[in-house]
Amino acid sequence: MTAATLPVAEPRARFVDLLAAEWLKFWSLRSTPWFLLLAGLAVVGFNVGSAYDHYRNWQYYDAESQANFVANGLPLVDAFTSNAELILLLATSALGALAVTGEYGSGSIRTTFAAVPARGSVMAAKACVVAVVLTAFGAVVAGVSFWLSQALLSARDAGVSIDHPGAWRVVVASALLAPVSGLVGAAIGAVVRHSATAVIGGVVVLPLLPTFFSEGRYWSATIRHALPERAWRELTRTVDWGGTPYPMTTGGAWTVYAVWAAVAFVLTVVAVRHRDQ
Amino acid sequence: MGRCGERVADGSVDGVIEVNELTKRYGGTTAVNGLTFTVRSGRVTGFLGPNGAGKSTTLRLILGLNAPTSGTVTVHGRPFRDHRRGLRHVGALLDAGDVHGGRTARAHLTALAVANRIPRTRVAQVLAEVGLSGAAGRRIGGFSLGMRQRLGIAAALLGDPPVLLFDEPLNGLDPEGVQWVRGLFRGLAAEGRTVFVSSHLMSEMEHTADELVVVGRGELIAAESLPEFAARGGSHSVTVVTPEPAALAAALTAEGGTVREADGVLSVTGLKAAAIGELALRQGVPLHELTPRASLEEAFMELTADRVEYTAGGAR
Repeated sequence: MTAATLPVAEPRARFVDLLAAEWLKFWSLRSTPWFLLLAGLAVVGFNVGSAYDHYRNWQYYDAESQANFVANGLPLVDAFTSNAELILLLATSALGALAVTGEYGSGSIRTTFAAVPARGSVMAAKACVVAVVLTAFGAVVAGVSFWLSQALLSARDAGVSIDHPGAWRVVVASALLAPVSGLVGAAIGAVVRHSATAVIGGVVVLPLLPTFFSEGRYWSATIRHALPERAWRELTRTVDWGGTPYPMTTGGAWTVYAVWAAVAFVLTVVAVRHRDQ
Repeated sequence: MGRCGERVADGSVDGVIEVNELTKRYGGTTAVNGLTFTVRSGRVTGFLGPNGAGKSTTLRLILGLNAPTSGTVTVHGRPFRDHRRGLRHVGALLDAGDVHGGRTARAHLTALAVANRIPRTRVAQVLAEVGLSGAAGRRIGGFSLGMRQRLGIAAALLGDPPVLLFDEPLNGLDPEGVQWVRGLFRGLAAEGRTVFVSSHLMSEMEHTADELVVVGRGELIAAESLPEFAARGGSHSVTVVTPEPAALAAALTAEGGTVREADGVLSVTGLKAAAIGELALRQGVPLHELTPRASLEEAFMELTADRVEYTAGGAR
């Protein structure tokens, strides 16, 4: 037998090894834990700040406002405010994008793909790590936000427990917005392969795009309701004020989350298949 | 370091990297044009060409990072991208900068090892082999180019692969590092591995390569052994310094040599250094210097210059 045909002894390729490698790469950057910590503090800070405003100004509300505070759904508004949601979208989509574009910016993507020619598997592992980390991140910030905001409001007898109708939905929908947004960022990163462009892309697609479409026309409302940011608003809305000609459903909103996550995942994997690296 | 020395057992010289009619165009630019050559095992093959000759593109095509416009390239008969994991098949250093500066050397190598199911203990081994053990915990961003080259070589060695590719590995290395890399390449080839090393400097290959693949403007100029390539450089010349240049010049001319004199230094063609030394001894002429001039550099310059001229003037 000649050297040219000598087989190389090789253990079976396992996806779990790629997960372990991507996990290691994700946490081996010093900026990652700091970024998550600061983003988490900002999100929790906006929510607690809103609850604190209600707590501090409680004495100035008239009796009717005080009596209807819970019925109007305000405790759950404080549990996760739209300001906190904006910060969450920006931070998580940027993190997802940078997890991918960081490799292109540094050129390490070539080292990665030369070591693992199964490119799609690498990107799938990367997306899984982003999704898992951000699900945990979302759970922590949404859970802590709910707990702290309701603890503050309870001092005015205006807080609700997690058993309150819609409370779980607000917490879970806010928590899961993190991995959905992170996967969207990763997909944009895999397509554009440039850090600044990908981060801006995340801003345009997630918080900005819904503002271009109104609720007034059917086609416009349909597009608007298919966007993850609107899905979060629907899922965290606990009082039906009416007035929307084409209302959205809770089931539809969960579906939007699932479809965006799935499509983003597939796009991240497929984007690297045929292009030169 | 646990290499498989038995690969060299039969001194096999079979083609390992087979490049066949390989062409790569980027838009209107042709980076590689109909390239065909074979790289064999058990020897160091230099991949030589001026800047922009298509060397890096060819290496990326071998690794499947870029797809060819036409033609094929295989390693051990298979396109490299057919492998699910690569490091046990081909170890490559394409660009020392292809790393994330925020990671430590150890983290960088560990991630590569883990993805390929290579034991983590191997990381410390390769770091020691390239002399980076002391810098294992430091971030790559603070590394000099020479240290990055060593790290890239460590990554290439991780999987103990039978085939190794290096793109300009000597850039940024100190003289000690250059010596070490040459010894390393020779050692890897002696173990029966296929070692393919690119460079734009002939002088770097002169003491390292057994075989040469020379390209210019994306086209093959030569694929042959080092001595064969050197012979293309026309006449070999020998530099001779003597206190009696006139006497020696006359004797050399009588012996059939052609002598040019400048500032008392003779430049002799048509006679080998050994013959000149023996002649000087017979004539009783003292010699202060007797240096055969390598014509590799000349051959390289001539051939690549021809190629540039040819492509610039000819129809493409």
